[in-house]
Amino acid sequence: MAQLICENVSLGYDNKTILNNLSFSVNSGDYLCIVGENGSGKSTLMKTILGLNKPMSGEIFFGDNMKKGDIGYLPQQTDVQKNFPASVREIVLSGCQSRAGLRPFYNKHEKEMASDAMKRMRIEEFSKRCYRELSGGQQQRVLLARALCATQKMLLLDEPVSGLDPKVTAEMYELISGLNKEGITIIMISHDIDVAIREASHILHICEKPFFGTKEEYLASNLGSKFIEREDI
Amino acid sequence: MEVFEKIALYMQYPFVRYALIVGVLIALCSGLFGVTLVLKRFSFIGDGLSHIAFGAIAIATVMKLSNNMPLVIAVTVICAILMLRTSQKAKIKGDAVIAMISVGSLAVGYLIMNIFPTSSNIAGDIDSVLFGSTSILTLSVTDAVWCGILASAVIAVFIFFYNKIFAVTFDEDFARAAGTRASAYNLLIAVVIAVVIVVAMNLVGSLLISALVVFPAVSAMRIFKSFLSVTICSGILAVCTSAAGILISIVAGTPVGATIVVVDIIVFISFFIIGKICRK
Repeated sequence: MAQLICENVSLGYDNKTILNNLSFSVNSGDYLCIVGENGSGKSTLMKTILGLNKPMSGEIFFGDNMKKGDIGYLPQQTDVQKNFPASVREIVLSGCQSRAGLRPFYNKHEKEMASDAMKRMRIEEFSKRCYRELSGGQQQRVLLARALCATQKMLLLDEPVSGLDPKVTAEMYELISGLNKEGITIIMISHDIDVAIREASHILHICEKPFFGTKEEYLASNLGSKFIEREDI
Repeated sequence: MEVFEKIALYMQYPFVRYALIVGVLIALCSGLFGVTLVLKRFSFIGDGLSHIAFGAIAIATVMKLSNNMPLVIAVTVICAILMLRTSQKAKIKGDAVIAMISVGSLAVGYLIMNIFPTSSNIAGDIDSVLFGSTSILTLSVTDAVWCGILASAVIAVFIFFYNKIFAVTFDEDFARAAGTRASAYNLLIAVVIAVVIVVAMNLVGSLLISALVVFPAVSAMRIFKSFLSVTICSGILAVCTSAAGILISIVAGTPVGATIVVVDIIVFISFFIIGKICRK
């Protein structure tokens, strides 16, 4: 049973359609990379999966014991966050927010989850540091730890390496594929097709005629073979 | 020692004690919510709301309501919700809408008070609404009780929803994706801000409210680095500066609101300098 199914979904805003009749499904443990040009609708698609936008038509289903709130989200950083006075621990703990429901304070279990997530992302030593004083890569790891507090099933990552230097980028991809090997489904937006082919198990290429399939199918397809030709030159 | 004797003398009057207690409570809640307001970039909404509250007070005064607080709160809360909506949907420039509404209500309020004068001293009335001149010292017992109850309620709401307010302030999209009802909490924040502003008008008057909300928060952010410590520091600063402001104004005979704001400015400058030194 698939964890996430998109059926004939059309996306857009202000009555302008940017994506038509998109269908794909994600199974537990998949690593899906969504690639496409800037402005092709990648981020809009992600927001729709998260339930922040409504699709113009079509439907999105969750299966395999997934609920709408079971997705951990790694957003692109906003200006507000860059100057936000908050400790790493406070931010990671806030990932447990939906678990706590109306209870005003976090319980012991949630605090343990946060410490565990910080250990996995190797940011324990910063737990009392101020978020805005960390490097870009460290900040991304903090946000990833927060996403891990929200879910153990599926992570949605919106351009997780934008603005990071090559070494930190490689570390970030390593962390993400490590999480995937632990059984967490990954859906990642990227504009880098190289990365998609190297890291992902499935690829969704958004363009006029969207492609969805496994990496192998993608490489054999028109879109993918164009990419390989480009590599050869 | 003369100063302390003078303060002790004034403290014997119940109205001074009320003023101090109510003033400190009001300052505490504006200091606490100020942090969220500043971080969410809502400071300008606070400013706009204070002008709307002025318009509402003008209408309430002309209608000769014995207790104008409920009407003023209702109007301000409704406007707070509308402003929040416009600033989120940003189809028309949100800040321009807020500027129009707030300056508009300021003008209408002033006009109404002049056309339908309720006392011989209009200039004095308006001065006290705009700058709070001595109004905290002339609070009726009913007003004081109202202010006390509302301020305590705001503080209770803040403590109860502290973690949610943090989550929604830091990253609204994430909170929403994880199933937190972010729009409900935004609404809550808007309503509370409206209440804080109406209550705080009694302390510093409508033109100076933003200072009460923004200064302690921004000062605290110069030095402290976690949300909890910034919030606590902002609360403490708000309480200390307003208590100091009230006491100074009693002793020196200066207007309460302006004195508090000047104390706030001095504190901000010192925190700014300390922050610079610490970072080096």
